[in-house]
Amino acid sequence: MEKDPVCGMEVEPQEAAATRRYQGRTYYFCSEEDASKFDGAPDRYATAIPSATTGIADGVTGPVRITLAVSGLDRSGGPALAGALRASPGVHGASVNVRGGVVAIDYDPWQSTTADLVEVIRAAGFGTGEQTTRLQVSGLYCAECVGRIEDALRAVPGVVGATMNAATNEVKVQYVPSSADLERLTRAVESAGPYKAQRAPEASEKEMDKEAQANEREYRSLMRKWWFAAAVGVPTMLLSYPWLFPGLRDLFPRGSQNLLFIWYAMGAASLGVLAYSGSQFFVGMWGGLKRRSANMHTLIAMGTGVAWLYSTVALLVPQLFPSEEFTDVYYDVTVVVTALVVLGLAMEIKAKGRTSEAIKKLIGLQAKVARVIRDGREVDIPVEEVLVNDVVIVRPGEKVPVDGLVLEGQSAVDESMITGESLPVSKKVGDEVIGATINKTGAFKFRATKVGKDTALANIIRLVQDAQGSKVPIQRIVDRVSAYFTPTVMILAILGFVIWYDLGPEPALTYALIVAVTTLIIACPCALGMATPMSLTTGIGLGAQNGILIRSGDALQAAERLNAVILDKTGTITHGKPTLTDVALAPGQDEAEVLRLAASVERSSEHPLALAIVEAAQARGLKLHQPGTFDAIPGHGVSAVVDGRRMLIGNLKLMNGEGIALADLEERSKALADDGKTPMYIAIDGRAAGILAVADTIKDDSRAAIAAMTKMGLEVVMITGDNERTARAIARQVGIARVMAEVLPQDKALNVQKLQLEGKKVAMVGDGINDAPALAQADIGLAIGTGTDVAIEASDITLIKGSLMGVVTAIQISRATMRNVYQNLVGAFIYNTAGLPIALGILYPFLGILLSPLLAALAMSFSSVTVISNANRLKRFKPATAA
Amino acid sequence: MSLGQILVTLAGLAAIAFIVWFFWMGKRPGVKAGLSSSGYQEAMILVKGGYTPDVIVVERGKPVRLNFVRAESASCSEMVLFPDFNKSAKLPEGETVPVEFMPDRTGEFEFQCQMGMLRGKLIVE
Repeated sequence: MEKDPVCGMEVEPQEAAATRRYQGRTYYFCSEEDASKFDGAPDRYATAIPSATTGIADGVTGPVRITLAVSGLDRSGGPALAGALRASPGVHGASVNVRGGVVAIDYDPWQSTTADLVEVIRAAGFGTGEQTTRLQVSGLYCAECVGRIEDALRAVPGVVGATMNAATNEVKVQYVPSSADLERLTRAVESAGPYKAQRAPEASEKEMDKEAQANEREYRSLMRKWWFAAAVGVPTMLLSYPWLFPGLRDLFPRGSQNLLFIWYAMGAASLGVLAYSGSQFFVGMWGGLKRRSANMHTLIAMGTGVAWLYSTVALLVPQLFPSEEFTDVYYDVTVVVTALVVLGLAMEIKAKGRTSEAIKKLIGLQAKVARVIRDGREVDIPVEEVLVNDVVIVRPGEKVPVDGLVLEGQSAVDESMITGESLPVSKKVGDEVIGATINKTGAFKFRATKVGKDTALANIIRLVQDAQGSKVPIQRIVDRVSAYFTPTVMILAILGFVIWYDLGPEPALTYALIVAVTTLIIACPCALGMATPMSLTTGIGLGAQNGILIRSGDALQAAERLNAVILDKTGTITHGKPTLTDVALAPGQDEAEVLRLAASVERSSEHPLALAIVEAAQARGLKLHQPGTFDAIPGHGVSAVVDGRRMLIGNLKLMNGEGIALADLEERSKALADDGKTPMYIAIDGRAAGILAVADTIKDDSRAAIAAMTKMGLEVVMITGDNERTARAIARQVGIARVMAEVLPQDKALNVQKLQLEGKKVAMVGDGINDAPALAQADIGLAIGTGTDVAIEASDITLIKGSLMGVVTAIQISRATMRNVYQNLVGAFIYNTAGLPIALGILYPFLGILLSPLLAALAMSFSSVTVISNANRLKRFKPATAA
Repeated sequence: MSLGQILVTLAGLAAIAFIVWFFWMGKRPGVKAGLSSSGYQEAMILVKGGYTPDVIVVERGKPVRLNFVRAESASCSEMVLFPDFNKSAKLPEGETVPVEFMPDRTGEFEFQCQMGMLRGKLIVE
C-alpha cells in the first residue's frame, strides 16, 4: 500500500492511476489530476511523506534530537530529570541545561513521541513551556481530513497534541515552541493533503472593530427608525388633539368628515411606524412566545399593538361600541411610544459602548509590528508572527511588541498601561519586559518568551473579558425575580383593565384601555436586568486600567465585605530579595574599600546573601577583582585572597575559630540582628574590619498602604515563616499590630481559617506561588504578580504591580462598584414598584392623577438610560493614594 | 353588574389563567447534546429572539461545546453568559462561536444574554 502524496489517500501500486519518479523514488497517484498537481510542484509534495503508521517521514533512521523548554528547573532537579528521561523507552541521551531552562533529548522517534517525553518531564515534577495556537485550515474535502491533519501535526517534533474542530475548520495545536514553530506546523498541515493553513485570528483589534461596526450599524438603524417614527409622530400628536390648536380646531371639528379622513391617514401611517420602527418589538415578542417566554419586547409590542388595534376597530366598525365617546383613536400612543422606546434603545447602545471602553483600550495597546533578527538580518514583521526565542529590537519611543527578557542594552520603559505604575521602570540585561509597554530612553534587544495569546496583555484581556461576563451574586436573585417579572406585568395590565372597566368612571372602556397600555409600557425589566452587569463591566475595566485584575463578580462582592487582611511578609510587604542595608566599620577602615574587597570575594559565591553584597558594590560603581584563592567553609563563611589581601567573611564562629578580636563589633552585630537583619563579619589580613548587614527590605509604599488599610477599617495581620523577633521588627516598621510568626508554608491556610473562625471575612495577600492554598482558603485571595505572570490560578484578584497600594485600590474599586450596583438595583426596583401602581391608577381616586402612556414611554426609556449612565459614572473613580 | 362587565371580567380572568399556564406551567422538552468525534458533547444553538433550542441536556464529566450562531442584530443578545461556569462569549452576528466548559456537577444551570432578556437552561445529568 502506498500513499498518494497529493490527496493523501492509500493507493495499491498496481492500481495507481498514474506514477511519477522523482529524486529516485516512485510516487503513486489515485488520479491523473493529482499527478499533474504533483508535476506542478514536486518539491512541495515529495518532501517528507509521513509513513502511514508512525507519522515519521521516511528516511529518518536513528535518534532525533529535540530541545524542550522546561520550567521549574534548579540545580538539584537537573540530574533527576535527565535520569528520568534516560530511563524512558527510546531515549538515547538527555542533557539538561539548568541556566537556559532547556533539555536536549536524543530519542528514537519510532519508539517515543514528543508527547511521551513531555509526559515524562511532567511526571518528574517540571513544567514544559507549552504553547497553544490555532490554525485555520482550508481545503478540507473529506471526513478523514480531520484525522489526517491531526496525525500530520502530531508527527512534527515538539507537538504535544492537536485537535481539529471540523465545524470551524480550526485546529488547536499544543506544541513546545523551542522545537516546533508556526512555519513547520503549517508545512505539516499542507503536506498532509491539498490544504492551506494559516494562523487563526486572535481576539484582536480587527474583531473588536467589527463589533464596534456592528454596534454602529445597529445604532444607525435605530436612529433611522427613530427619525421615521418622530416624523410621523409630530403631525400625529398635533392632529390627535386638533381642538387644542386654534388653526386646526376649525379645520377638523369633532365628528367631521375631515377628521375621519385624517384618522384614516394616521391609522395607515402608524401601521407603517409599527411595521418599520417597531419591527424589532414584534419579532422579539414572537421569538419569545415560541419558547414560552416574555421580555421587554413583549410588553412594548402588546402595548402599542393593543392601542393600534383598538383605534382601528373603533375607526372602521364604530357600531361595535355602545356610544360615540368610545370611538376615539389612540394612534398617537402607538407612534410616540414606539419612537421614544426606539430612541431609548439607541441611547443605550451609545452608553453601553462607553462601558466596555476599558477593554477596547487594552486591545488597542497591542503593538502592530516587531523588528526581529531573522537569519542575521533585521526584519519588520507583524506582531502575530513573532515566535518564542526570537530576538526583538526595540528603539526609543517604540512599543515593546511581546513579553521577553532583555539580552542587550538598557532603557527606561513606561509600564503604566499594564501595571498602573506611573514612573518609567529601568530595564537592564536579564530584566523582564512586558509587551505593549513603551520604551522611553535607550534601545535594547530582548528574547521573546511569551507571544500571541500567552503574553501578559492577552492574558489580561482574556481575564477581564471573562470577569465582565460573570455575575455579582446579588444579580442571581434579581434574575430569579425577573423571570417572573414580565408575565406578572401582563397580568397586572389585565387586572387593571378589568377593574377600571367594572368600577371606573365613564367612559370606562377608554380608561381601562389607557390603564392597561400604560402599565404594559411603563414596566422596565431592562433597568433591572442591566443594573448589575453595567456596573460590573465598568468596575472590572476600571480595575484593569489600574493594574488590578478582578477575576469575577463574586470576587468583587466578597472584596467589598472584607474586614481583615493577612499579608504575607516575604515578597508582599518586603521585596522578597535581600539587599545590603548597613555597613558597620572597625576604626580606621574605609567603607568603599571594605565593600569592594568583600564583594570581590562574594562574586565567586552563589549564596543569595552574597549576591546582595555584589549588587551593592556594583551599584556604587566599585571595580571588582577576581579572588586568587577561594574556600567556602560550610556553616561558617568563606575565606579568600583578593589583591594580595587575606579576606574572611562569615559568622561569629568563623571569627572565633580564626582567633580574631571583634571588640565592639559583636555588640553592634547583635543590635543589627535584633532589627531582623543578617550581619556578616569581615576580617582583612587577620584583623576585624567591619560588619555588612543584609536584610530583605520593605517596599517603599508598604507602610503607607497598611496605614490606608487600617484607615478603611480593616484589621491587618502579617504572616511569615520568620522567627518571632524578626517578624516583630518588620511589623513594627510598617505599623502592623498582629503577627503570625514561625508559620510553615503548609500551615498558612490553617492560619487563614483561624482568622475566619473569629467571624471575619479575610483577604489573603501573597505572591501566589507557595501560598496558593492560603489564597484559596481566604474569602478573597490577592496575588501580587510580578510582571508578566498575571494568570495566577489560585487568586481571585491579581495585582500586576508588586505594590501593596494595589490591595487598597482593589478594595476601593470593589466598594465603589458594589455601591454603584446597589444604587442601580434600588433605583430600578423603586422605579418599577412605584411606576406600576401609578400606571394602574392608584392615585386616581385620591388625586385624580392618571398617567398618560406617552409619559410612561418617556419614563421607561429614561430609566434604562439612567442605569447605564450611573454605571458610567464609576469611571470617574480615581484610586485614592494613602493619606 | 352589567352583562358587559361580567363578560370582560371573565375574559380577563381567563387571559390571566392563560398567561400563568403559558409562561410558567409549561414544560419544555430539552435537547440532548450529541457526542462528537472530538469527545465533546456538542450542540448548535441559534440566537434569534431567543435561544433555539433553549433547554440543553448534557452528561456530567464530559466536556461540552455549545456553538452559538447569532442571526440578529439586536444589541441585547450580543453576549451569552454562563454565570455558573464563569464563562461568557461575544457573539458577532452570523459567526459560529463555540463556548467550551466542563460540567463538573449535576443540576440545572441558566444561560442568558447580558441583560437576562433571553434565557436558556443547561441540564447536567
